[in-house]
Amino acid sequence: MPSIKVLAEREEKGVRFTSGHTLCAGCAEPMVVRTVLNSIEEPVVVASPTGCLEVATSRFPGTAWNVPWIHVAFENAAAVISGVEAAYKALRKKGLMNRRIRFVVFAGDGGTYDIGLQALSGALERGHDFLYVCLNNEAYMNTGVQRSSATPKCASATTAPAGEAIPGKPQERKDLTEIVVAHGVPYVAQAAVSHLIDLANKVERAMKYEGPKFINVLTTCPLGWRTPRDSAIQQAKLAVETRYWPLYEVMEGRYKINYKPKERVPIEEWLKTQGRFRHLFRDPRGKELIAQIQAEVDRRWELLLQKEKCFGAEA
Amino acid sequence: MRKAITGHKAVAEAMRQIEPDVVAVYPITPQSEIAEYYAEYVHNGLVRTELVPVESEHSALSACVGAAAAGGRVMTATSSQGLALMVEVLYIAAGLRLPIVMALANRSLSAPINIHCDHSDAYLARDSGAVQIFAENAQEAYDYTIMAQRIAEDMRVRLPVIVNLDGFTLTHTVQPVDLLEDEVVKKFVGEFKPYSPLLDVDHPVTWGPFAMPDYYFELKRAQQAGMEAAPGVFLSVQREFSQISGRRYLGFFEAYRLEDAEYALVVLGSTAGTAKVAVDELRARGMKVGLLKPWLWRPFPAKEVGEALAHVKAVAVLDRAFSFGTMGALFADVASALYPLEKRPILANYIYGLGGRDTTVPELVHVFEELPKIKKTEWALRYIGLRE
Repeated sequence: MPSIKVLAEREEKGVRFTSGHTLCAGCAEPMVVRTVLNSIEEPVVVASPTGCLEVATSRFPGTAWNVPWIHVAFENAAAVISGVEAAYKALRKKGLMNRRIRFVVFAGDGGTYDIGLQALSGALERGHDFLYVCLNNEAYMNTGVQRSSATPKCASATTAPAGEAIPGKPQERKDLTEIVVAHGVPYVAQAAVSHLIDLANKVERAMKYEGPKFINVLTTCPLGWRTPRDSAIQQAKLAVETRYWPLYEVMEGRYKINYKPKERVPIEEWLKTQGRFRHLFRDPRGKELIAQIQAEVDRRWELLLQKEKCFGAEA
Repeated sequence: MRKAITGHKAVAEAMRQIEPDVVAVYPITPQSEIAEYYAEYVHNGLVRTELVPVESEHSALSACVGAAAAGGRVMTATSSQGLALMVEVLYIAAGLRLPIVMALANRSLSAPINIHCDHSDAYLARDSGAVQIFAENAQEAYDYTIMAQRIAEDMRVRLPVIVNLDGFTLTHTVQPVDLLEDEVVKKFVGEFKPYSPLLDVDHPVTWGPFAMPDYYFELKRAQQAGMEAAPGVFLSVQREFSQISGRRYLGFFEAYRLEDAEYALVVLGSTAGTAKVAVDELRARGMKVGLLKPWLWRPFPAKEVGEALAHVKAVAVLDRAFSFGTMGALFADVASALYPLEKRPILANYIYGLGGRDTTVPELVHVFEELPKIKKTEWALRYIGLRE
């Protein structure tokens, strides 16, 4: 498994994602991108849909990418990487390509959970050999914090504001990780920016499989979550401790929870540190809503424990 | 080798002979047969192409863009709503200067939904930055599919090329087609030379960057330069193709009995075949009529069209789609082409054949007979075969 030393050595050997991009101060995305890229030994080609990462790293005539990188549109990164991978296979068949190249997508939750879901599903079903990393910051941050289907219930977003009548987003977040699991692809995982060695291990394990691989990474957005700029790691860590964002992987259908918090930290502890949930602590309905959020966190955690029990990697 | 085949089979055969690295395609009537024929070739091991059977046309062209940027030779095919779904990516393919060749089985756009031919799909992509060629028959569809590859891949052009063939009228009709030998086609198209491909991992390139007001304009201007180079490349590819095929492709359009014509018709696609019969009938009756059938529609060869029509008294321009709120798109092209002339022909704009409505020889004869009675160019649409 890659240690911090190995990751640092790889970074020194050749920086794949350079500084000089225009991502916000305190943004968690670069940590995830660098960790993922440094966890892959072979050369990589990267595709990104439209989003924070894309606009902040590719402003012509500069670029933060020291690996081949392509952006086409918002909803099609999985289709684009399908084409790149297909061309690679075709050139290999013709004997025009004999190096091993790996293919990676970095996409936000909007480009993955919502507008890019069809292209993702198609690419997963067709079985292209690629790693899809969702930089899940739980809203359309690039366009100004609009709600997505990854936005948690009750979070205030600009298209689901905390209003007098409706206190933030009325719906629960979509469980995309399980939707990807349902495609029967060889490797699916959840990770968080707070646990970078866990992420590095997951990437390394994922790359041992042929076919589609998917990692959903909780990637804090201090701007959109309305938390201090130096809070990204703490925020993600608390999401894991509260069991809101379990770290787990599904390898060929076998579940493994990578970390089981010893104590049940109430979800309130996470909610109260974020501006997007502030209204819950002022609104008379807040208590009941927090209880609902807690119930859903508990339900999903119990379900995951049951899945591990029934379809565990060690079973 | 002469074969009796459909337009679809002719295009599929051209694709088999070109043997692109990647074909990404999604079914839609009336294009599906191209996808089916090609899947057969792949599954029977006749080609080494990677077939990407995508889940939508949007993904079809997206996969083509990825594959072309990666360094592969890439083809696809679609029709109507499929092109509508692709249009976002078509503009991007042109902006990224990717030489993707696409067969477009022309079909009307919804609503009402209809599966038959008109040119509303091609018109939708008019300003996309793709080169657009129209075929009159299956032979031309075959020939231009091969030529399109060379036009698209020429370093001065590097743009997507759409080969239009009328849905059902050409795609599903069996016609005699002279096929070239596989080796002749392979030699003609040659090896694909990618430009800064993604798969050249030792020379990383950022494809599809974000360009703000400080650079966007210059990048789009460079794209226009590719379009401006296309006509010259089109002619030289035609010349070379005429030599290997023995068929005469000389010019941006076919001028049929136009040289001494007093009245002329301008029409795209298969209706030009019907128009030739009408021209012959009227010529036999002593009326000096002719036809101009553009092969190259985008970029539009305005200067040459203007010169070819300068001597004519009146021209009927036939559009197989509305450009709602104004005159037909082909009419606007022809009118612009004639504007610089000192003495301009009278123009009339006819909308015809929408949603697969048949256009007959007597109807086109009637258009020619109507032309001498039109005394000035009017901003009013006329219709062929419409129940008012």
